[in-house]
Amino acid sequence: MITRFLWKGVDRRLRWFIALVLAVGIVPVLLNLTMPANSGFFVPSWMLQLVGKYLCYAALALALDLVWGYCGILSLGHGAFFALGGYCMGMYLMRQIGSRGVYGNPVLPDFMVFLNYRELPWFWHGFDQFWFAAAMIVIVPSALALALGWFAFRSRVTGVYLSIITQAMTFALMLAFFRNDTGLGGNNGMTDFKDILGFSVQADGTRAALYLASALMLAVFLLVSGAVVGSRFGKALTAVRDAESRMRFLGYRVEGYKLFVFVLSAAMAGVAGALYVPQVGIINPSEFAPGNSIEAVLWVAVGGRGTLIGPVIGAFLVNWAKTYLTGALPEVWLFFLGGLFVAVTLLLPKGVVGLLAQVKAGRARSTRTATA
Amino acid sequence: MGGDGTWRPSRPHFLASKSRYMASTRALVGLVSLLASLLVAGAAIAGDFATLVANLAAGGFGDREKAIDVLAASGDPRAASVLTALSAGRLYVRAADKAIVIGKPAGNRLALTDAVSGKPAGTASEDDLDRVRVNNRLRGVIDDAVGALTLMSSDTSMRRNAADSLFKQRSPAALPAIERALAAEKDAGVRRAFAEARASIVLASEDASKTQKLEAISVVRSRGDRDAMAILRATSSSADPDIKAAATLAANSLRQTLAVWEGVQNVWYGISLGSVLLLAAIGLAITFGTMGVINMAHGEMVMLGAYTTFVVQQAVRAYAPDLLDTSILVALPLAFLVAGAVGILIERTIIRFLYGRPLDTLLATWGLSLGLQQAVRTIFGPTNREVSAPSWMSGSFLVGQIDVTYSRLWIVIFALVVFTALILILRKTPLGLHMRAVTQNRPMASAMGIRTPRVDALTFGLGSGIAGLAGVALSQIDNVSPNLGQGYIIDSFMVVVFGGVGNLFGTLVGATVLGIVNKFLEPYAGAVLGKILVLIFIVLFIQRRPRGLFALKGRAVE
Repeated sequence: MITRFLWKGVDRRLRWFIALVLAVGIVPVLLNLTMPANSGFFVPSWMLQLVGKYLCYAALALALDLVWGYCGILSLGHGAFFALGGYCMGMYLMRQIGSRGVYGNPVLPDFMVFLNYRELPWFWHGFDQFWFAAAMIVIVPSALALALGWFAFRSRVTGVYLSIITQAMTFALMLAFFRNDTGLGGNNGMTDFKDILGFSVQADGTRAALYLASALMLAVFLLVSGAVVGSRFGKALTAVRDAESRMRFLGYRVEGYKLFVFVLSAAMAGVAGALYVPQVGIINPSEFAPGNSIEAVLWVAVGGRGTLIGPVIGAFLVNWAKTYLTGALPEVWLFFLGGLFVAVTLLLPKGVVGLLAQVKAGRARSTRTATA
Repeated sequence: MGGDGTWRPSRPHFLASKSRYMASTRALVGLVSLLASLLVAGAAIAGDFATLVANLAAGGFGDREKAIDVLAASGDPRAASVLTALSAGRLYVRAADKAIVIGKPAGNRLALTDAVSGKPAGTASEDDLDRVRVNNRLRGVIDDAVGALTLMSSDTSMRRNAADSLFKQRSPAALPAIERALAAEKDAGVRRAFAEARASIVLASEDASKTQKLEAISVVRSRGDRDAMAILRATSSSADPDIKAAATLAANSLRQTLAVWEGVQNVWYGISLGSVLLLAAIGLAITFGTMGVINMAHGEMVMLGAYTTFVVQQAVRAYAPDLLDTSILVALPLAFLVAGAVGILIERTIIRFLYGRPLDTLLATWGLSLGLQQAVRTIFGPTNREVSAPSWMSGSFLVGQIDVTYSRLWIVIFALVVFTALILILRKTPLGLHMRAVTQNRPMASAMGIRTPRVDALTFGLGSGIAGLAGVALSQIDNVSPNLGQGYIIDSFMVVVFGGVGNLFGTLVGATVLGIVNKFLEPYAGAVLGKILVLIFIVLFIQRRPRGLFALKGRAVE
């Protein structure tokens, strides 16, 4: 029944796209593991790591699109949910280091020994178990989104006000995580991870597995988002985006719709962050920086808000450009990013996907007029 | 703080008991010579200044000590520099003519100054000079003598500084000198400083009587600052129960007074922070409040203002260094024009196509802010640029127990002036009338013949220009770097949202309240946690009043 629910909302195009994502997940992994290193088809591990990072960004963009593109809530603080998920994973990975740290303390992570902690802070208990960490990866961002959303939506804080509040939230969290006395690694964050589920994070096999997991996550997210958006609930959501007061007059509980999608989106962002951390090998408070969250908004805008395929494409395009430009022309990157913000809002309000649809529609019209 | 009445009656009694303090021979010699200087007409000895200086170089250490005391007792204003040089081992006898000179290293040789006349006396190598030798004991004697000399200095602020340092040093040996100075002092403020220093020394000395100590406690209490608090706290561990009780009582009442001052100080710091927030936010209040445009590049307008100040100062330094103090006055209109022009440019080329799409405006202006930051980074480099404060903006003065710096005071005044000017522009000028008309009802204003696009551009330019002015002010207290604006943008939005959109008085109140709340939280929660608490407070506040403290009512809301 659940599969039917999931399948119903997914149209043919999205099905092809999910298949593509899965192919992007499986094929390079096979090439990485089976091809000899000197073969032309060999995919090196650093490439898997890089694209794996993009896949996590794409999942974050998709989560953001769900609230912005479909419900009109422009969150400038989604990076906070992403980073919180990452921190939960980071805590699990820190506990897995055990006595292999620089100080060799079997319980306390290195930075705690360094900061003269006597025992583990209470909120670190349980993170040595993967199932607990996995639960927290979903629960912590969701709880924050629930609290913020419950307050904000109930008192009808909308539009730019909500954007600014979410930005203030991630800013406040960044300040808090930068402090050394919170027991979360302070400004250095957490790094030097060793094992995940008993496998070394440095090993090629683990990297390939993490990459595959990222692709699977994105595919599942696309499926879930498609189902949510395609359902009756999704139609109501879009209606809230377009005419909130009217929906309220019609008797819908607008707050409930918003809250549900906001929490769902935060949970998705948290999972994306959790898979991101073992692949990049570090999590620190700069992930909370307001600029990161706004950059994620740009991925959605470039790809095309209000489409499920758009944010994934946008995240890949912008981050590929970032990787290229920060390496080749570091001076130009911020000009490019700034220009992209302006250009997309002025010229491409529907993003790349919208542009493609327009071109296709234009061609269809012209062929129709030609045959007529 | 009526301390004046408590020490005056005690003075004769104090002089009478002077002999109690002559514990060391050093003090005895000092006192004899000091008394001598009181009795003998000072001028007669001062006329022999050259002899006194020459005596310094004669004989052994014992003779030298006497010579130092006599020289100090002369009260001659030149004596201090000679004694300081002696203590530092820079006093020499020139072998050639036996003249006493002060030497200063100049390359391999020493630049000489005649010790008596104070005039330059050529240079010499160290081989041609005999150093006048001192030991540690003599250095102690010299320190006391110099302290006593500065107590007699003709400069009021020097005397006061000497009294303040004695108040903290509490060296019993200085007591005779300070009493002599107290007797001779005319200036009421310095008298008081002397009396406080004396009281502090009395409390530290072992052989002062109980009544003297009790009186001293009340004098120290009347001083009423943190140093007095430290002395009272130290005294309250005295073995004598009466002194202990008096000191504890005085310390407690002083603690309350200090707590009040601390509160006042927090309010002042809060107002100071609030004025900075007001400057940064008020331009935003215009663009966001009256036009509904979210300008994320507002902080970069502030930054442009700060860099304009920097460029103007560099230009003035290069072409007219005498006018450096006034460069900031040139920078003010220029910063307004530069930021305003950039603002109008942005409005005409980007924002005007995005009216009615606030979220898109937000993203586009964020992109602009990134571009502007990178542009400034490329032109001026990523490091902090220094803008020096003009002389009339540096330094500070005391109000009660609060240290008020001139730069902060000027910024508070400047913020209020800008605010008043803005209110006047909005209320009294045709442009202000048009702006308000367009804000209230755009189609109707248009129908009445107001060119709304022009008003939009000018409004945006005005808001940006004021951000430029804020940049001039911030360049005085913050680092001028490409990231300058980013530090203020979130705070500014908080102020505008908190104060109520579309209401300039709301912005004023919002900035002041947030500034003061921030400063009151800081001592308890630390700067960072205080800021987090303020953010949480605003988020919760917006739940209660989604439209801010001073919400517009009626039709203007939508």
